[in-house]
Amino acid sequence: MTVEPYEITQTKPSKSFAIEPSGAKPLRRFNPTRIMLYSVLLVAAVYYLLPLYVMMMTSLKGLPEIRLGNIFAPPVEITFAPWAKAWDTACTGLYCEGLKVGFWNSVKITIPSVVMSITIASVNGYALSNWKFKGSEVFFTILIFGSFIPYQVMLYPLVIVTRELGIFGSLQGVIFIHTIFGMPILTLLFRNYFAALPEELFKAARVDGAGFWGIFLKVLVPMSAPIFVVAVILQVTGIWNDFLFGVIFSGVKNFPMTVQLNNIVNTTQGVKEYNVNMAATLLTGAVPLAVYFFSGRFFVRGVAAGAVKG
Amino acid sequence: MSIAKRPNPLFRNLNAKIAALPMIATTLLVFLGCSIWTVIYSFSKSRALSLNEFVGFAQYERLFRTSRWLISMENIVIYGVLSLLISFVIGFILAALIDQKIRFEDTFRTIYLYPFALSFIVTGIVWQWILNPSLGIQETVRSWGFENFTFDLIANRGTVLYALLIAGIWQGTGFVMVLMLAGIRGVDREIWNAARVDGIPVWKTYLFVIVPMMRGVMVTTLVIVAAGIVKLYDLVVAMTQGGPGIASEVPAKYVYDFMFARANVGQALAASTVMLTTVLIILIPWVYLEYGKKKAQR
Repeated sequence: MTVEPYEITQTKPSKSFAIEPSGAKPLRRFNPTRIMLYSVLLVAAVYYLLPLYVMMMTSLKGLPEIRLGNIFAPPVEITFAPWAKAWDTACTGLYCEGLKVGFWNSVKITIPSVVMSITIASVNGYALSNWKFKGSEVFFTILIFGSFIPYQVMLYPLVIVTRELGIFGSLQGVIFIHTIFGMPILTLLFRNYFAALPEELFKAARVDGAGFWGIFLKVLVPMSAPIFVVAVILQVTGIWNDFLFGVIFSGVKNFPMTVQLNNIVNTTQGVKEYNVNMAATLLTGAVPLAVYFFSGRFFVRGVAAGAVKG
Repeated sequence: MSIAKRPNPLFRNLNAKIAALPMIATTLLVFLGCSIWTVIYSFSKSRALSLNEFVGFAQYERLFRTSRWLISMENIVIYGVLSLLISFVIGFILAALIDQKIRFEDTFRTIYLYPFALSFIVTGIVWQWILNPSLGIQETVRSWGFENFTFDLIANRGTVLYALLIAGIWQGTGFVMVLMLAGIRGVDREIWNAARVDGIPVWKTYLFVIVPMMRGVMVTTLVIVAAGIVKLYDLVVAMTQGGPGIASEVPAKYVYDFMFARANVGQALAASTVMLTTVLIILIPWVYLEYGKKKAQR
């Protein structure tokens, strides 16, 4: 008996994102309704794109040109000086080393956090889908509903815990916190994915004598690339965009990019350099935006995963 | 004659239990443990960290006498209701429009969703700039010749909340739209044929047939978005810092400021307990509905 290689490219949630539109019957190409439809869509698109455009234009202007007061006008004279300054010498209150410090801190926070949280959550999800034990569903349910508790409620005890562990105000501290709070959504993601895989696969591996870890590492992980991609995207954008945990747990020296950006922009001293601020904002948004535009549907699957229950 | 020892049930399936240990620890120690700790110590007197003197509801009494807290609560309620309403209406309309077999569907969807990939800090700073009364939209429109044009939401106590709303809606509607679109496309296509045969206009079909059938998606989206709104913090910090004055303060910021800037932990814990209660009020009916339903099906 041969087991057909199953085509595992979909998890349950993504089915609903199938490309096939299923709405109303298409109308004839160009009639008033159709024109209206596209107009509304275009107006909405302008609203969504406007801030990106304004950021871009402002970041390429000199300050005198900005003071003329037309945020929509393209720059008369394009300058990249604000970008250089934002990256290299902008002041964050205490020192003037630019956003690059925050960028590298964010990298140092994001990579280990993503690896840790995904490793742990994938094993969790595997245990929950294939090796259910008494009480496992109860813990899972608490985990999911726990993710709705505002972080503020758990903040102070966690400060104490990390302080006791000696990792408060350090990279390890913030990585630890990201690993904890990434767990609900990632566990849900992996549990649903593994549960949707054909059970014969699992049974066949057991008959062949593979154990708990053997099945996971040799059978499931190699065929689960898509869900790992979704998880990485979800975590990279989420952790990169985090502000609260960074500002509390990482310590001044390790402030991630979002915190530094906020310090640069909302610092009260000196002349407000709007062009530098906008360049800094674009730089901070660049990583998640790049991830978003290159990953397309994977990103959608990630954000929708929390909403579609398994 | 030997009686085979039954293995201790605790060690059955041991590997899985070891594997699930991080999850078990997180649920018990963090989600349950830390929350309970916060609730208990919200009844203590503490200003800094000797939390052993309990004072009953004193922290709560003080909390609800503080105008900053009352404003924070009022703000989050107004912001929350409006933000839910607007993002659901816009999100649904966009999803329904995108569902009309349009060209460039992917492009439109990508455009509507991209702000959701950005952080609230980035969102707040961009909109702070666009809404800046002296150099932003207001000044731009005035320079076009409309001298009396006024658009200074962000600078007025009475309207700063709407400035936050504009930014928040911009960031989050794409997410609602994606879920709504999934919901719309999850509805059986036969419905459309039936509606057409009966001669029901398209918009009526959406409103009176499709929406009721999407109850599940709607409720889930509602819970997720609402739980997100309670956490609103970064956006305020980046965009208004709670100002002008204390006009745009929110509960999460109150907690943070009392916990770290003012070292008044008891106050912060009481405030976060109120936040927790709010979330439970949203959450418990949902859990009850979900699980009640599942049991009924069995």
